[in-house]
Amino acid sequence: MTQVRIPPVLRASAGGNKQVELEGATVGEVLQQLVDRFPDLRSQLFTEGGELNRFVNVYLNDEDVRYLSELATTAGARDTIVVLPAMAGGSGSAKGRLGEACPAKATLVICGIW
Amino acid sequence: MSQSYGELMRSLREQIPVVGVGEVESVVRQPPSADLRSPIVIDVRERYEWDAGHIPNTVHIPRGSLEEHIESVVPDRSRPVILSCQSGARSLLAARTLREMGYTDVANFAGSFEGWRRAGLPIETPAALSDAQRRRYSRHLLIPEVGVDGQKRLLDSKVLLIGAGGLGSPAALYLAAAGVGTVGIVDFDVVDESNLQRQVLHTTDRVGTKKVESAAETIRALNPDVKVIGHDEVLGEDNVERLIAGYDAILDGTDTFEVRYTLNDAAVRAGIPVVHASVFRFEGQLTVFAPGVGPCYRCLYPTPPPPELAPGCSVAGVLGVVPGIMGLVQANELIKLLLGIGDPLIGRLLIFDALDATFTELRLRRDPACPACGHLWGDVADGDGRRPQAITLERSRSGPAGTSAPAGTSAPVQLDGRPAARG
Repeated sequence: MTQVRIPPVLRASAGGNKQVELEGATVGEVLQQLVDRFPDLRSQLFTEGGELNRFVNVYLNDEDVRYLSELATTAGARDTIVVLPAMAGGSGSAKGRLGEACPAKATLVICGIW
Repeated sequence: MSQSYGELMRSLREQIPVVGVGEVESVVRQPPSADLRSPIVIDVRERYEWDAGHIPNTVHIPRGSLEEHIESVVPDRSRPVILSCQSGARSLLAARTLREMGYTDVANFAGSFEGWRRAGLPIETPAALSDAQRRRYSRHLLIPEVGVDGQKRLLDSKVLLIGAGGLGSPAALYLAAAGVGTVGIVDFDVVDESNLQRQVLHTTDRVGTKKVESAAETIRALNPDVKVIGHDEVLGEDNVERLIAGYDAILDGTDTFEVRYTLNDAAVRAGIPVVHASVFRFEGQLTVFAPGVGPCYRCLYPTPPPPELAPGCSVAGVLGVVPGIMGLVQANELIKLLLGIGDPLIGRLLIFDALDATFTELRLRRDPACPACGHLWGDVADGDGRRPQAITLERSRSGPAGTSAPAGTSAPVQLDGRPAARG
């Protein structure tokens, strides 16, 4: 079983889980298991063509799988996969956006922080 | 048996060997060596005399504390020691003291500093700090990696904080306390009650005032050495170049992808390192983007998520101490960059989990095809997070610069090509 670490911003789409254990011989297989189990994650992680989205980085232990064998990278029982989507929350200076219901301008805002 | 001062000096001159300018010059050509057999020159004058100028590559131990400190500087009593002062008298008396303590190879530089100066040889003047600054930064001055030269460098440094919020607040406080001479702050916002849970620059009575004004007030009260430059505006394509110009390093504590990309691209163009962090509930992540040295934000994320997938456009919240911790790690990275010490978080992403109390490190790699920084890499194509050969940041760096340490030689900051991640 490979551990998959779910980042905080995606936990709502993953049943609130922080870490899940999944079976799979490769990183691609493990992530397939993940999105089968939590379908809301599919569009977050993959393009319609089944490629990893470019705004999400996937690490096997501490290494970006794009510099290994991408989704074909072998995943072992003692490995941890880390999913790392772009995240913008920072200073909390964006007062006023909090109450807005995702207006067009806020589409690039992660309203997580203030 | 009593002895007049004149008699004492005459007697000592007969006993203590003398060295001349030429011999001292050959000894101080290099910093004092770790080789315990090589000669070392010790200047026994007072602090104010040393500060006014001294012979390079000598060690300063004031006459009054010579007995106390000599053993830590010269543990081997057979090591050749040359003593120097202003005109050769105090050094002669110091030589007697060392002999009494069992030092066997002690000589007096008869001409001392005045003779050196008359010979037209180079004189080193250490960075000058006021007495008040010496007291305020005394704990920094005690650290060899900071010392007077390092503190002076901090006082001469300029850091720009993008955002005086959750990350910028703790960073601003500690950077100001550390004596970073100029702190610029870009923030268009006013203090809101809901900010006070984590934005420790601001206070309850300042709700409704401009954040840049509130920040400036807090920083001025903490450390009058610090010049605060407030930029009460939104960072955008039209003003980013003007806003970041002239700063040595930038703290990115913004909320939006737009600003992060705009800042990244401009900082790469200007060659200014950005210490980047973001936080979410109980977690934070942090890295240093140093143009031409490691990957940039676009190497990590070439594109932002599409609007419909921008995660968490909801009231997610954050534990106040999380940006506090991340902001201080940012301040730490900034100070390291300014001083040119340690191993910066370049090519490494640090993830902090407050609930687990863990720090995890991921390796970041540059993208040779990066539209923002790819051109900086030439044909280097090893896919590593850092450029393989040694890289030099613009700022020059001194060697160990403790209050009585050997004067350092100037050398560039080396951000060497060690592997980016070490497990």
